[in-house]
Amino acid sequence: MSVVVADPAAVAAEAGSNRRRWSGYGRYAGGKVLGALGSLVFMLVVNFFLFRVLPGDPARTLGRGRLSTPEQLEEFRRTYGLDQPLGEQFVTFLKNIVHGDLGYSILYHQNVSEILVDRLWPTLLLVGSSTILAAVFGIWIGIRAGWDRGSRFDRFSTGTSLTLYSMPEWWLGLLLIAAFAVGIGPLPGIFPTGGLHSVDADPGTVGYVLDTAWHLTLPVITLTLAYLADYALIMRGSLVDEHGSDYLTTARAKGLRDIKVRNRHGVPNALLPTTTVVALNFGFVVAGAITIETIFSIPGLGLLTTEALAVPDYWLLQGIFLLSSAGVILANLAANLLYGFLDPRVRT
Amino acid sequence: MSTTAPALTSRQLTRRRRRAAWARGWREFRGNRAGMVGLVILVLFVAIALAAPLLADQSGLEVTKATGGVLEPPSSSYWLGTDDNGRSVLTLLIWGSRISLFVGLMATLISMLIGTVVGLTSGYFGGFSGGALFRLTEWFLAIPFLPLAIVLATVLGRSLLNIVIVIGVTSWPGTALLIRAQVLSIKERTYLERSRALGAGHRHLIRRHVLPNVIPLVFANTTLCVAVAILSETTLSFLGLGDPTRVSWGSMLDDAYSVGAITTGSWWFFVPPGVCVVLVVLSFTLVGQALEAVLNPRLRER
Repeated sequence: MSVVVADPAAVAAEAGSNRRRWSGYGRYAGGKVLGALGSLVFMLVVNFFLFRVLPGDPARTLGRGRLSTPEQLEEFRRTYGLDQPLGEQFVTFLKNIVHGDLGYSILYHQNVSEILVDRLWPTLLLVGSSTILAAVFGIWIGIRAGWDRGSRFDRFSTGTSLTLYSMPEWWLGLLLIAAFAVGIGPLPGIFPTGGLHSVDADPGTVGYVLDTAWHLTLPVITLTLAYLADYALIMRGSLVDEHGSDYLTTARAKGLRDIKVRNRHGVPNALLPTTTVVALNFGFVVAGAITIETIFSIPGLGLLTTEALAVPDYWLLQGIFLLSSAGVILANLAANLLYGFLDPRVRT
Repeated sequence: MSTTAPALTSRQLTRRRRRAAWARGWREFRGNRAGMVGLVILVLFVAIALAAPLLADQSGLEVTKATGGVLEPPSSSYWLGTDDNGRSVLTLLIWGSRISLFVGLMATLISMLIGTVVGLTSGYFGGFSGGALFRLTEWFLAIPFLPLAIVLATVLGRSLLNIVIVIGVTSWPGTALLIRAQVLSIKERTYLERSRALGAGHRHLIRRHVLPNVIPLVFANTTLCVAVAILSETTLSFLGLGDPTRVSWGSMLDDAYSVGAITTGSWWFFVPPGVCVVLVVLSFTLVGQALEAVLNPRLRER
């Protein structure tokens, strides 16, 4: 986050009058970075209170199942500063986080931060590829539907999108598992019911990559359909908003073909909100993957959440909560910076 | 109307005008086919939920009094088959509609109350406190819903009331931002200025001028919010965070998943609850969109 200069005054002074545009952006970006920092602090406070104040004795809840004797409880309290007043506890909590110490998982007997790093990649692979596919297809559908509003394509795609939007994505996943992994009646299933690899797959070979892709097909399709509905509806909405704009009439009056008016003039303007939503949604990586990873048994952060939930492993849950909130804040910032770059009007 | 009798008091006049506005709105709503379809489905589901004791005996929910076999496919005595305990899936579905709708509506009520109060306050009273509330809303918006709801549900424990609270307190920021934007635009209108010049206080301004203009928006947003709340309830119950003593569509899906109904192909156990969720959520969304179109003429062309 330190990439962008945070001090707007310094930027403005340095830029001078011939670089007005950039000083405007610098100020805008500075404000957004400060806002993100505020959110980050707030998130840490919420996190601290959620896990320390609400559930009674924190030593008991945080160390449930692992600490049985009074001596152990006492030592645990001292290590994590739980015997100190709340203010000092918060400082200890911040110090630990800065040092990357997110506590110790009772479920895995391992440091939480190590587990999180291990589990990040499957989630990024799953959510990343779904987001890209959903953005491409969703925007394409939204453009076609929004441009020919009321056409058969529009009515069909909007109906489908709304239905997908009303569906719990994991239920759609269950239906796909039942149909394509288990098989209906005499039809055999063609995809695996879960997991990320076959047991006998050999890492580093082409076969391994194909095997992973084969395992990820159904979950990626599920998540893509879930996201796609969102993007298609937003893209359609913002293209419909551009209808009847003067600049489109001008473009038509110039004698441009309809497809050119759409692609060169209508779409670039309508693309703005959708771009932001795609960037924003990426922050919800963990949240989106929780149920899908659970039903497809993909060993990512989502499955980790349900595993931690079953114990319950509070340290692990806290780590996941921290990571996912930080993800949202960073994605928010990225979306804001991108929007400010693409649309100078919001910089004021 | 042109021959208004002089005996008409201003209050009667207002009432008459309001009634005319409602009638106009209803006429427009009726013209929206998708909205009407949604409304009909909703009325149907609400009727089923209210009439549950007449449609299916409540004892059918008790595991010990189950009469059917394990995961029996649909037959003439069990129209939608039986679950892993031998209970009729149809009975579970009918009684489950009560919990799903109840949680959806109650959670929305909480979310609407918080959202409206915060949005109204931060929009109407600018300055420091308004700005601080706005920041708070933005911060809450940045907390990912599902992880927060999961953490809250684990911390609070599993009960019907808690799941309502969890969904309610995690879903208000969107509403607050919407209300705030609306209040900000109303605040600048001239009739408010006139009222202020005549010496009206904050209480009067909010109650007589700001709130009546915001309420329709709240109304449209409520129906959309219920849709999201029902989806959330289903997901949280599926993750095992719902009330373990009550049957909802989400808990049915959780049961179906954990007893392996998907791998055994017992479609009658996991397809119907999902279809009900989709139908109800879709209906609320359609009604909400239709209401928005009626209330916000700019959207009508869509």
